[in-house]
Amino acid sequence: MSQQEIDQLVDQDYKYGFVTDIESDTLPPGLNEDVIREISTRKCEPKWLLEWRLEAYAKWLEMTPPEWAHLDYPPINFQAISYFSAPKKQGDGPKSLDEVDPALIETYNKLGIPLEEQKMLAGVAVDAVFDSVSVVTTFKEKLHEAGVVFCPLSEAVHSHPELVRKFLGSVVPQNDNYYGALNSAVFSDGSFVYIPKGVRCPMELSTYFRINQQNTGQFERTLIVAEEGSYVSYLEGCTAPQRDENQLHAAVVELVAETDAEIKYSTVQNWFAGDDEGKGGIYNFVTKRGECRGDRAKISWTQLETGSAITWKYPSCVLKGADSVGEFYSVAVAGKKQQADTGTKMVHIGPRTRSTIISKGISTARGQNAYRGLVKVLPGAVDARNFTQCDSLLIGDQCGAHTFPYVEAQEPSAQLEHEATTSKVSDDQLFYLRTRGMSEEDALNMVVNGFCKEVFQKLPMEFAVEAEALLGITLEGAIG
Amino acid sequence: MLSIRNLHARVSDKPILKGINLEIGTGEIHAIMGPNGSGKSTLSSVLAGRDDYEVTDGEVIYMGQNLLDLEPEERAWAGVFLSFQYPVEIPGVKNIYLLKAAVNAIREHRELPELKAGDFLKLVREKLKVMQMDESFLHRNVNEGFSGGEKKRNEILQMQLLEPTLALLDETDSGLDVDALRIVGEGINRMRSPECSVLLITHYQRLLDIVKPDFVHVLAHGEIKLSGDHTLAERLEREGYEGIEAA
Repeated sequence: MSQQEIDQLVDQDYKYGFVTDIESDTLPPGLNEDVIREISTRKCEPKWLLEWRLEAYAKWLEMTPPEWAHLDYPPINFQAISYFSAPKKQGDGPKSLDEVDPALIETYNKLGIPLEEQKMLAGVAVDAVFDSVSVVTTFKEKLHEAGVVFCPLSEAVHSHPELVRKFLGSVVPQNDNYYGALNSAVFSDGSFVYIPKGVRCPMELSTYFRINQQNTGQFERTLIVAEEGSYVSYLEGCTAPQRDENQLHAAVVELVAETDAEIKYSTVQNWFAGDDEGKGGIYNFVTKRGECRGDRAKISWTQLETGSAITWKYPSCVLKGADSVGEFYSVAVAGKKQQADTGTKMVHIGPRTRSTIISKGISTARGQNAYRGLVKVLPGAVDARNFTQCDSLLIGDQCGAHTFPYVEAQEPSAQLEHEATTSKVSDDQLFYLRTRGMSEEDALNMVVNGFCKEVFQKLPMEFAVEAEALLGITLEGAIG
Repeated sequence: MLSIRNLHARVSDKPILKGINLEIGTGEIHAIMGPNGSGKSTLSSVLAGRDDYEVTDGEVIYMGQNLLDLEPEERAWAGVFLSFQYPVEIPGVKNIYLLKAAVNAIREHRELPELKAGDFLKLVREKLKVMQMDESFLHRNVNEGFSGGEKKRNEILQMQLLEPTLALLDETDSGLDVDALRIVGEGINRMRSPECSVLLITHYQRLLDIVKPDFVHVLAHGEIKLSGDHTLAERLEREGYEGIEAA
């Protein structure tokens, strides 16, 4: 396939590029203590949380942006960003879908998230985050029966202050990293999930994120706590409308898994990637970390990253409990002029802790895809094991794939395995499939989906279908 | 049905085919034999539409249309099938998934309804039986870890499912043991019908003992040097290409 053909196929406009016209309540750009106080006031937060934010802000001021990533972008002007935006409320907020702004419902429909249908058909509870404030929460009652708390974090601050106070920042401390600190200072909203001891969450929990305000940074913050012997599967998916200016997104996700608890966290990320020159795309700086605090706890991260102009994201596991398990399954696509620097950190602390890393990077057009992973085994993590597999797939000849594996093993009994491959979608493969009657595009999709299969298999069924479809849409813009 | 006229093709400035003329009638089986490097595989690749080759002259008329104007998938829709000398591995893609996608892609362009999962399975099981293939084949990744013989059987399985009107078989007999050769040969014989023409590329007489060709052509240096009936293959076996070329 010629470069020209590839370029042609890469040239496809973002399919979810539309903007919903909803009145919003947005703070002017800029960041200082007053802005943080204003955010906290608008959200009617308790004093301790305001202080926590201010502490984080003070720490952030002393930090500098990380420069070690394989990413190239101009410095971000943090004073040019607005740090709060909320859809206008009607009274005390909607009690049912009927009370929700019809334009919002329309947006969901365009995104293919018919809430009512989802309620009935999929059995998935959706806590939809629209810009910064959660406006619709469904299935609360059923979850309530099971004792599961699933609500916007801003609501949990009031309804379960002791839990939020106990766990917030306990996995990702305020000064963990530059973007994490920024998030701690200005976080808008996100999900709060609490699964009590011994409870298996009766349904997949799902949140759809969507950036909608021009020039509005998104600072989602999600906290999931799984008590002893509990289980939860959480799905995060997002699409975003087309924009002219870069948008900063700095989310933090914290997971806590106690003894014998399991958390499965799946993400399909499709933020706007920018135009062919990378203009207008989302800058996505995300801190995601889970702690297996108890013995035999398990945390799995599964992600499909297709969007954003810049992706900086390393969902990690801290394996404290003996025999605890961390997993990372990732497909990252970098096309157009996208840059992705993503991977994971597995920190083995407890004895016999195990981790698995399967990373699939796909690069097309002028995309640059880097896997960056750290496997750290501390003294005392006897018989810890890690298996890492990093595969890169190149489509076309102007893209790049890079692998940066770091290993710090301080425990002699640890066993670490690393495999890495780089391959190109070969003309032979495409020709073979075309002689079987498949169009060039379908042939490419088939090859790429095969490449990603190990990861997609880890996604919940309905999400896997969506992931394949999304990958298809992305690659229509990526080759043939 | 297929008319190849004065076909010239080259790969990166090196001429390979230097004026091939060949007429294949409906339902006929033609065998092309010839020494290594004579252009046999190039011929089948050009007919199937591989774009590594540049056609510099000539035309190929297939059922009234110029085959060379069509994309590879369009040729497949029109009934052309190429059995690869080296079938390609598609990691992570299950054989059954490819087979079903291929069958339905071709059905779609023949304006036939999509085969439902149950009907497809019934059909594929029937063909597996013919090829003496285990059902586990369906759940293995396409050609990945297949032995040489398994790959070739898989090609013939695909051919049977896709029901081509022109089958190009590129050294389908190479790498086969005696039993596999017989199964593959019988698989090809099953395709023998007034609707299907076959172009069989081979080095050896042994496949032709099972699949009796109507015509045998000797290709050397990019040209067809000699044509005859199936006895020509036997003569080649005895005398070798050198003997024939000298004659």
